[in-house]
Amino acid sequence: MIRKNIILLFFTSLLLVNCGGSDDESQSDDIAPIAYDRAKMLVHWADKIILPAHSSFKQTLIDLDNSTKSFVAIPNQSNLDDIRSKWLISYKSWQHIEMFDIGKSEEIYFKSKMNSYPAFKTRIENNIMLGNTNFDDVSNYSSQGFPALDYMLFGIASDDTNILNKYTGGSDYSNYLTSLVNKMLNSTNSVINDWTDYRTSFISSTDNTASSSVNKLINDFIFYYEKGLRANKVGIPAGVFSGNPLKENVEAFYNKEVSKVLLLNALDATIKFYNGTSYDGLSSGPSLKSYLTHLNSSKDGSTLAALIASKLETAKSQINTLSNNFINQIESDNNKMLVTYDAIQSVVVLFKVDMLQAFSINVDYTDADGD
Amino acid sequence: MNTSNYLEKKYSSAPLAVFRIGFGLLMCFSIIRFWFKGWIETLYIEPSFHFSYYGFEWVKPLDHYTYVLFIICGISAFLVAVGLKYRLSIFLFFLSFTYIELMDKTTYLNHYYLISILSFLMIFLPANASFSIDNLIKKRSYLQVPKWTIDSIKILLTIVYFYSGLAKINSDWLFKAMPLKIWLPSKFDLPLIGENLMQLEWVHYLMSWGGMFYDLLIPFLLLYKPTRIYAFLLVIFFHLFTKVLFPIGMFPYIMIMGSLIFFDSSFHLKVISLLKKIIPINFIKSNHYKIVEIYRLKKPKFIVSIISIFFIIQFLFPFRYLLYPGELFWNEQGYRFSWRVMLVEKVGSSVFKIANKKTGSFFYVNNDDFLTPFQEKQMSFQPDFILEYAHFLGDYYSSNEDQDVQVYVDSYVALNGRLSQRYVDKNVDLYNEKESFKHKKWILPLKDEIKGF
Repeated sequence: MIRKNIILLFFTSLLLVNCGGSDDESQSDDIAPIAYDRAKMLVHWADKIILPAHSSFKQTLIDLDNSTKSFVAIPNQSNLDDIRSKWLISYKSWQHIEMFDIGKSEEIYFKSKMNSYPAFKTRIENNIMLGNTNFDDVSNYSSQGFPALDYMLFGIASDDTNILNKYTGGSDYSNYLTSLVNKMLNSTNSVINDWTDYRTSFISSTDNTASSSVNKLINDFIFYYEKGLRANKVGIPAGVFSGNPLKENVEAFYNKEVSKVLLLNALDATIKFYNGTSYDGLSSGPSLKSYLTHLNSSKDGSTLAALIASKLETAKSQINTLSNNFINQIESDNNKMLVTYDAIQSVVVLFKVDMLQAFSINVDYTDADGD
Repeated sequence: MNTSNYLEKKYSSAPLAVFRIGFGLLMCFSIIRFWFKGWIETLYIEPSFHFSYYGFEWVKPLDHYTYVLFIICGISAFLVAVGLKYRLSIFLFFLSFTYIELMDKTTYLNHYYLISILSFLMIFLPANASFSIDNLIKKRSYLQVPKWTIDSIKILLTIVYFYSGLAKINSDWLFKAMPLKIWLPSKFDLPLIGENLMQLEWVHYLMSWGGMFYDLLIPFLLLYKPTRIYAFLLVIFFHLFTKVLFPIGMFPYIMIMGSLIFFDSSFHLKVISLLKKIIPINFIKSNHYKIVEIYRLKKPKFIVSIISIFFIIQFLFPFRYLLYPGELFWNEQGYRFSWRVMLVEKVGSSVFKIANKKTGSFFYVNNDDFLTPFQEKQMSFQPDFILEYAHFLGDYYSSNEDQDVQVYVDSYVALNGRLSQRYVDKNVDLYNEKESFKHKKWILPLKDEIKGF
């Protein structure tokens, strides 16, 4: 009797689960999906933002490479001016892709190789002396990329004449410069080539799991905003994490005049990504902002979406009050840097706390049970 | 009903035996699962800092000996299952499991707490009275045990369900469908129901109200014979469904197994005879031991008083939050150990400022220099974590030359979909605040009201 009951019990429970299943199935025909279309968002991100940003960046590197060749061949003032301007164009363009630390970029430590600063001056000089161009070595991350170029083009001597002297006659400096640009171009090529295949898996990975494209990219984006933008560009040089300012930690320390312009580019890239504005700025599509608005039925979603947008604009206008030269700014009035840091930081809270709660995505993916 | 009469009542020893086997095997499996997931390493050995329970600061992971602790815990669980040296085994299990839970409160889960107190209760129950290896050693097996020993498990499970149902009677859960309204839409990747049902507002409300009624009523439906079998089907469905929705580990299986205790002894006797057929060892034959009618507790008065005190505490402890001012979900004073299961969605960001009293200079701390991402996440919205970590930082940055360290926190928390607001008074030097059971005045009040239990 009891055994019969047990069998009956399992049978009915199976039936119950099955019924539940088929019920839902029939309903799913009637009810159109009403979840936010993440697949569409991923396609927009890939095709209108990430890929165009990468190919545009690659073009700036090709230009930089050409200028490098001319400069190495004929190291004169006009070629120096040219390579410097190409460096800046490329550096600004880089600010639009540093946040996409996913796929091949993540695998080859792309952002660490392109933009680890402050540049390690002594190590660069050593590398030049020894002809060491092993750029995949972790200890060489801050001896390559844009910060190393910054040093090579602005910092190796006290004035332009002396800088030019270092490159005369195809010196070790010329070789290192060429290797730096080659490495940057190679890494970029490998990232872009990989995207050809990676795109398919990227746009199809819409789940709410640790490894899905949506969650990874959102986490990357927030991580970039918090570390790459807030801490590296403003917080660390302003002494937020050390107690006293570390002006040698500003981005483009040797150039001195472009830290603000790079920061503004980075913030623009952040704002565009958040709003879903295409890289060319001509169209817009599904975005974190519209996703938040979609969820507004359940939460203060629309308020939050607008609040983030307006706080990002506040941060931007705060940055605009700073001097172009962050070293000067830190020396003359570091408080302005700290106020800017706070303005940027207020969005970190909205991203990490409010936005992630609305999306129900974890900042991290700790593998542990909940209850 | 006369109390002493009740205490004299006898019942078949089979339900306790089945419960013992189920509990032991599930616990043994849980420990093995925990190990294989690598969590001993990531949760207990890798972190350099651990969050302690107030008064249990001395309970810390034992470096690589932590594995030994888990081995003891797993083996004792297995010995409980087979009923070998039962009393010693369940005692060792209780100690080792509770020690593990006390090592770091980051991993606090209500069902871990349930396992701790359940294993404590089981120390006093004659769960090895029948169908155990102890029977073979002592050469006697018992047909009946005091009925209250079985009822005590039912009471504990009733408390767990009923109290978690009570906790759901609040305005966020019932009238805003929070936090299910956040959690369910994020399950868009579930097959069949993710893209549609999980997105529908009425589904969020249905599941909120359904969950509340389920928790409040299920123990009584299990106790009442005519509804028992349907209630049990509901238990299976409910727990497997929540298992699909949320990462709740072993909890569903523990509750499904636990609910079997509500069945009549005829059911458990069937299970035992089935097990006897499956187990290919034929030494479990009745001629090897004497069958004794009634199991008698050695010190019944002592045991009954301990268990009475245990239940009085269990009844009252979840209400200790009433002693604190402010919103419970926000302040979390009296929140743990109270069966408040999956009740809030809370996210925080807490950044610590180390300042110097004399010079006024300050800097901010990178939490990931000291905490794992999981610890940082849990720390960011729980006041006792914030205070403990602030003291850790204060000690860390103090030195013989520098005794002027102050620790402040910039903390923002969002609760159940509300916009985030500042959580801790940014002008309070937390290094100066002491942990205690008193109200923490430096928690800024929630700018909203949640009504209910």
